[in-house]
Amino acid sequence: MTADARRPQFTPEQLAEVRRLQGLYPDKQGALLPVLHLAQEAYGYVSLEVEEYVAGLFEMSPAHVHEVVTFYTLFFQKPKGRHVVSVCHNLSCHLMNAKGIIGHLEERLGVSPGETTPDGRITFLTVECLCACEQAPMMQVDDRYEGNLTPEKVDRILDGLP
Amino acid sequence: MSENKTSEKIFTRNFHLADSHTLRLYRETGGYTALPKALRMEPAAITEEVKKANLRGLGGAAFPTGVKWGFIPKGSTEPKYLVVNADEGEPGTFKDRYLMERDPHALIEGMVIAARAIGSHTGFVYIRGEYVKPWRVLDGAVKEAYAAGLLGQNIQGSGFDFDIVLHRGAGAYICGEETGLLSSLEGKKGWPKIKPPFPAIKGAFGHPTIVNNVETIMAVPHIINRGAAWFAGLGTKSQGGTRLYSVSGHVVVPGVVEAPVSVTLRQLIYDRCGGIRGGKKLKAVVPGGSSAAILTPDEIDIQMDVEGPKSKGSMIGSAGIIVMDETVSIPEALMVVARFYAHESCGQCTPCRESTGWIYKMSRRIIEGKGRKEDLDTILDVAKRGAGTTICAFYDGAVGPYISYIEKFRSEFEDLIMRSAHA
Ligand SMILES: Cc1cc2nc3c(=O)[nH]c(=O)nc-3n(C[C@H](O)[C@H](O)[C@H](O)COP(=O)(O)O)c2cc1C
Ligand code: SF4
Ligand code: FES
Repeated sequence: MTADARRPQFTPEQLAEVRRLQGLYPDKQGALLPVLHLAQEAYGYVSLEVEEYVAGLFEMSPAHVHEVVTFYTLFFQKPKGRHVVSVCHNLSCHLMNAKGIIGHLEERLGVSPGETTPDGRITFLTVECLCACEQAPMMQVDDRYEGNLTPEKVDRILDGLP
Repeated sequence: MSENKTSEKIFTRNFHLADSHTLRLYRETGGYTALPKALRMEPAAITEEVKKANLRGLGGAAFPTGVKWGFIPKGSTEPKYLVVNADEGEPGTFKDRYLMERDPHALIEGMVIAARAIGSHTGFVYIRGEYVKPWRVLDGAVKEAYAAGLLGQNIQGSGFDFDIVLHRGAGAYICGEETGLLSSLEGKKGWPKIKPPFPAIKGAFGHPTIVNNVETIMAVPHIINRGAAWFAGLGTKSQGGTRLYSVSGHVVVPGVVEAPVSVTLRQLIYDRCGGIRGGKKLKAVVPGGSSAAILTPDEIDIQMDVEGPKSKGSMIGSAGIIVMDETVSIPEALMVVARFYAHESCGQCTPCRESTGWIYKMSRRIIEGKGRKEDLDTILDVAKRGAGTTICAFYDGAVGPYISYIEKFRSEFEDLIMRSAHA
């Protein structure tokens, strides 16, 4: 990650994308979530400085942007690990041993849900239903869904991560 | 029920084909033939056809779709919006994911037809943020449709213009609730809004808006192609068509099952999903996503239309069926469900915010062996008092499981609490 979340400044290409997104909505504010996704991709997380920067692009108060960022679980307010591993602990996954999978990950990673491994490699989360309950127990690894988990399968997936 | 009727496949007919998401395959299998037909119809005639088909919303509330479309003010020159609810978040439900990944063009075709019916020129698809693959597939399909002149200006020379914007959510169950979804689409936190005004009068960005579920919209091209009578005839008196049932938990073959809404819950569990795993006994089943009241094994001979689960005090909801075998601890299941509602309450209404948190704490302490004798009655009392007092149906959804788990499996909770008292 080279872009600095403490001194955010989009590139001209990113700014053009912001304008394009804003133009898709009857009121440009509609593009706030897409632009926050864009910002998070650029900076890894949405710092207070990023919030303030994005607020400027929308001519809205930083407080509004902060309220939005904190409402949604997919926006990170702190740096996250290089990978995010989110294990579902909702009902169908619970019935299929989500607890065992979570316990296995706690042991293997040495951190609790909500934490990042000390080497900065993996942020480990528990999440609510990923709506892939037919493959319970389920987790999301970055963009990918991984289901029918066993401790061995979890190990293979983690070993395969760059 | 005739054999023919049970085997009728509409939504899933191409699911087994590797290229089912492509424009080429969709066309080869009869796709985009409803569109030119609909573009020649009067908008009101499209709505009328959908009404006659007895299509009910498949996202949760089961409101008649054609009737909803009819609420758009006539003759208004304001912009109107069509919003597809692809925020799928109801625990136990996963059908919209399959639909978007495997048949995205049916959604696009359905959206153009629905837009024409309500006079909308812009449609938004609100997709949950976690659904990266469905979003990419749908994005690819939208681009294909633009390139083929199926979206954009003057579609197929009809003079009708329609654009689709894909909008990614960012992780919040409450954004599945239609007014919460609209708040989120407008670039705010996903707080539901008081109704009325209903979205059809004052919706997205303050303009008339129809919000429909992915599956609901995907039924539309089939209705236009094969007629309202055919669609209505597949179903029951209360509801037409087939629908997708998401089945998870302790069945031999979990997955998405398409069946006419006249199918029974027993047939879905035992005939379509292979029965209970490991030869175990059924203990309980949730018929319509985690917000639906739980049913016992003697309550599964019900048709899975809007009326069946209702007759047992539950609801069909999103048709997410969660099956539990005899080894399941119902108090633990309640704790998991209560944790979900406590986590996902948007916090706007006091009864919802406070009760979901309190009930989660009580359910957790019962599991942790610190339950108190009065806890069960307190949960029931708190749950019932808050019901019907909140801005949106989220809290009523939470109350369904709270009350039914305890009322139907009370002795199991009492055993746990008794043991705590003697520990
Ligand atoms: C808490 C809550 C969550 C909901 N989640 C969804 C959802 O994920 N997907 C959906 O289509 N409808 C969901 N709904 C229902 C919507 O509010 C709305 O009724 C539906 O999108 C309308 O479309 P339909 O008429 O086609 O079913 C939810 C409702 C509530 C109260
Ligand atoms: S019922 Fe709950 S989720 Fe719905 S608006 Fe009120 S606090 Fe928010
Ligand atoms: S309960 Fe885990 S994916 Fe639905």
